[in-house]
Amino acid sequence: MTTTQAAVPRKKLSPRKRAQRVRWAQYAVLVALLVGAVLTIDGAQVQRVFFRLDLVQITLTSGLPRAFLNTIIYTAGAFVFGLALGTVLALMRLSQVAPYRWLASIYIEFFRGVPALIVLLAFGLMSVAFPGLRFPLDPYGTVWTALGIVSAAYMAETIRAGILAVPKGQVEAARSLGMPSGTAMRRIVLPQAFRIITPPLTNELILLTKDSSLVYVLGLTASAFELTKFGRDISNSNGNLTPLVVAGFCYLLITLPLTFLVRRMEAKSAKAR
Amino acid sequence: MTQTIPTGRREDEIQIYDLHKSFGDVEVLKGISLTVRKGEVVCVIGPSGSGKSTLLRCVNLLEQPTKGRIFILNEEITDIDADVDTIRTMMGMVFQQFNLFPHLTALENCTIGQTVVKKIDKQTAIKTALGYLDEVGLKDRAGAYPAQLSGGQQQRVAIARSLSMDVEMVLFDEPTSALDPELVGDVLAVMRRLAASGMTMMVVTHEMAFAREVADRVIFMDGGIVVEEGHPDQVIGNPQNPRTRSFLQRVLDPTHVPDDRG
Repeated sequence: MTTTQAAVPRKKLSPRKRAQRVRWAQYAVLVALLVGAVLTIDGAQVQRVFFRLDLVQITLTSGLPRAFLNTIIYTAGAFVFGLALGTVLALMRLSQVAPYRWLASIYIEFFRGVPALIVLLAFGLMSVAFPGLRFPLDPYGTVWTALGIVSAAYMAETIRAGILAVPKGQVEAARSLGMPSGTAMRRIVLPQAFRIITPPLTNELILLTKDSSLVYVLGLTASAFELTKFGRDISNSNGNLTPLVVAGFCYLLITLPLTFLVRRMEAKSAKAR
Repeated sequence: MTQTIPTGRREDEIQIYDLHKSFGDVEVLKGISLTVRKGEVVCVIGPSGSGKSTLLRCVNLLEQPTKGRIFILNEEITDIDADVDTIRTMMGMVFQQFNLFPHLTALENCTIGQTVVKKIDKQTAIKTALGYLDEVGLKDRAGAYPAQLSGGQQQRVAIARSLSMDVEMVLFDEPTSALDPELVGDVLAVMRRLAASGMTMMVVTHEMAFAREVADRVIFMDGGIVVEEGHPDQVIGNPQNPRTRSFLQRVLDPTHVPDDRG
């Protein structure tokens, strides 16, 4: 064994210099990837497959606004329905009465576990299975109920977590003022719970926006098409993907402002937290 | 001599008879009986785990007693048929952690009980609330949210919130224990003024100087029972029970090392 205790350590790069070199290397990789992409990709061919301008024109003028609006209406209605039902389910999960807890658990596990597409397919046959069953505001009522039933299962768990995240002292303070427990829940706990779960609920809303593309299985008429079904029909009749790509960008037009809006709301309510 | 339960005397605002409370196998309160009269300030002191907070929380039924009866203004709050919510509107509660509603302003914290529970119209409620906020010295912060207030200010708003219900009595559960030392004084000053105004107060506290100065009666609890009870000059100034003495020694002189090692 050699004694290295007295040896002078080899002069190495200082940690800061090393970090600097690593950063340079990272930039270099990026530049190399970019150059490689420019050299190998045939831009004109890519555009022919995904983004033919004449088809963009056709997509925009053959009813895109209608489909865009339908997607928003389906999503918004289903969200409201899901939120209401989800809140009820969350309260049932927290109930003192055991059978309510079981019922809510069964509901949640079932609709979280089964693919939404299958639920929607089953929903499409509801009026056959139950003759005389009609949802109001057809087709909206059907779509809202079908999508809402699935999203309620997810939202219930989020809402329950939000309720549990409100400190126990809040209920105690409310009850000490003489509020009955229902009032304390409505006026004190739920407003705080929803503030806590705004980020996951936004997530839920974005997922729901995209899930609205599944409602085509309900067999809707052309005027009730949402973005995906609308885009796919034009894609198919033109043998090109461009209309679907346009539809895809329309989803971003919905979800990005939503994200931005919620971030603004959160910043605003931060002082009241 | 048999005692009538409840006494029926208007001035006996809180009457507790043989109160027991267990959490699982642990009996925290082992038979407490006491009466708080109108305008009286009763301070409850004792080591942590002695059951003093549980006692206070039983009084407005935040904890359900295992056994025993409690009467508020000669109405039995422990009775299964009691209108607990209405009885609670006559009795304020101030918590160690303030428990202000964070989504409401200081003013709204003080009006929500009035408008939602007592169905008082909004204008009257605001007037009442501003009056009490003024009394605790925070009228100019009425529009602030709790997160924008210091701990001491939050606790003063919490006191104003209780008073806004026009209560007969206020329960304080270690109101200054969560405060930075320099903020304790403002809260105690408000409580001192409240006591001087004739409010019935039951205060669980570690502030011995406050208890000695403001209390009409001090109750020393240990191990779930009342060990010593009486005028503050007696219980704090000249304690008779060795447990009281050893507790006070530890509280008043934390650096003191006891010579017996039992």
